[in-house]
Amino acid sequence: MTATLPEARRPHKTARRERQRRSPQPTRRRNWAGGLAGWLWLVVVAVPLYWTLITSLKAQSRYYTSNPLVPSGDPTLDNYRLVIESDFLRYFLNSVVVTAGAVVPAVVFSFMAAYAIVRGWRMRLLRAMNGLFLMGLAIPLQATVIPVYLIIIKLQLYDTLLALILPSIAFAIPLSVLVLANFIRDVPKELFDSMRVDGATEWTTLWRLAAPLTRPAILTVTIFNALTIWNGFLLPLVLTQSPERRTLPLALWTFQGQYGVNVPAVLAAVVLTTLPVLVLYAFGRRQLLSGLTAGFSR
Amino acid sequence: MSTLTGHPQQRRARSVLPWLAAPALVVFVGFAVVPLVGVFALSFTTWDGIGAIHQSGLTSWRAVLSDPGLPHALWVTFMVMAVSWAVQTPVSILLGTFLAGRQRYRAVLGVVYFVPLMLSSAAIAIAYKALLDPNFGLGAGLKLPLLSQDWLGRPGLAFGIVVFVVSWQFVPFHSLIYQGGVQQIPNSLYEAAQLDGAGRIRQFFSITLPQLRYTIITSSTLMVVGSLTFFDLIFVLTEGGPGDATRVLALDMYKRGFQASLMGPASVIAVILVLVGLALALLLRRLGGRDAGASQLEGA
Repeated sequence: MTATLPEARRPHKTARRERQRRSPQPTRRRNWAGGLAGWLWLVVVAVPLYWTLITSLKAQSRYYTSNPLVPSGDPTLDNYRLVIESDFLRYFLNSVVVTAGAVVPAVVFSFMAAYAIVRGWRMRLLRAMNGLFLMGLAIPLQATVIPVYLIIIKLQLYDTLLALILPSIAFAIPLSVLVLANFIRDVPKELFDSMRVDGATEWTTLWRLAAPLTRPAILTVTIFNALTIWNGFLLPLVLTQSPERRTLPLALWTFQGQYGVNVPAVLAAVVLTTLPVLVLYAFGRRQLLSGLTAGFSR
Repeated sequence: MSTLTGHPQQRRARSVLPWLAAPALVVFVGFAVVPLVGVFALSFTTWDGIGAIHQSGLTSWRAVLSDPGLPHALWVTFMVMAVSWAVQTPVSILLGTFLAGRQRYRAVLGVVYFVPLMLSSAAIAIAYKALLDPNFGLGAGLKLPLLSQDWLGRPGLAFGIVVFVVSWQFVPFHSLIYQGGVQQIPNSLYEAAQLDGAGRIRQFFSITLPQLRYTIITSSTLMVVGSLTFFDLIFVLTEGGPGDATRVLALDMYKRGFQASLMGPASVIAVILVLVGLALALLLRRLGGRDAGASQLEGA
């Protein structure tokens, strides 16, 4: 008789309670409205992705005649070959250089600043700094692109990869500081105090205590910034000129201009530029999602 | 710093802190704050983007403010913001609440949902352009006249497509925020409501929604301020067209500055963009009692 009670079927009562605390909806009753919306949204999201992928594998001649939602009977990689032969590797490397070159300093600087802001909250100077970074969240930084362009010209960095890296760091700082400060704030004060009693400097405390304890947040911020910078379009469009400096999104756009008629090839380019990010997503998904949730919703 | 208390060595240790913040501050000031001030300054000049910069007083401001293109761009920006907010918010809340449930398949759906956010706006715009092609796109291939309209060639439709694609890209992000928000609602509230005999729908409107208040403000702030920065997507998808139907402020700025070489008027547009962004952030803060930033500072 007890077996009919849902509670009795669950062996680990504490585990269940744990889960229940996190998710308020009882399992037994279905959330029909949510479920319907959920599956509908899946279709909305998946169909364009699916269509892009299968079309990129079709020969151009087949593209005009075949059913768009049926994969080609004889898939071809010719489109991909065409894209890769049009200097894809160079654009890919440019994107890697810009992304790595901007993300590493952006995260390191933001972490140091976040640490300083949390630990030195009583200093007016640091509070003002925090206010400045927060203001950056409210201001569409795109609006500053004309002076950025002027500064880059004055620094004689126009049409270099460094021209993309420097503003990218600046654009990444507000959100990174915000998220990292949030997590550093969770480190128990006693730990900081005991580090101080042991005679550790702020620098040591920063890297030996705060950094390891907030590693998930650092990873999240790294992934998030990498994504934003990897996908950046406006800065490369405005701050570079020569084909040798193109990053992937810009290359994709120019490629579309060149091969606009060859839709499968254009879509192969879309898939190729997206692939590295999806690989990253596959590895860092859990981290990214949980980090973002924690970073934004408290 | 005079407010510091404690032992002398504590004070000495503390004084290092501003130096730790210095690198971030330097880069941020150099490439965000200085440009922000610079864009105000540039709005009072004439510059073609290459040659010398000349002081020109209010010329650019007068030119922009008397240009019927400005109210139009403002209106389009506002409409994109308002309509995409109105579309994204209910969908995100619904999906977020749904994803917060604990069946395994929901987590799997969540994985797929998130893929669009991984893609660059350029890639999304290019794929949609091909997908929506009236002659060779999805609708034409399926021989569905309803789906094979000239989506990007007619003003109303193009506007709708922009809102749709924006939502396609960003709803996952906001549902994630809502998912986190829902998961933080104490379960005891639902248990109490259940004891009182409240149904699921009643629970949603009486507990979930009010409890999500600050999440809604956070998400809306990000949505609204973010919508001011829709540049790449619209630039690649419609280039502001057909006509000027989807010419939002950010695009207007780019076209005036970098295509028409009128950096003065473009800077005026940029200043307006900044002012609109700040005004909206302040307004939302007023509405919610606190904004995305302030909410993080509570209990600091």
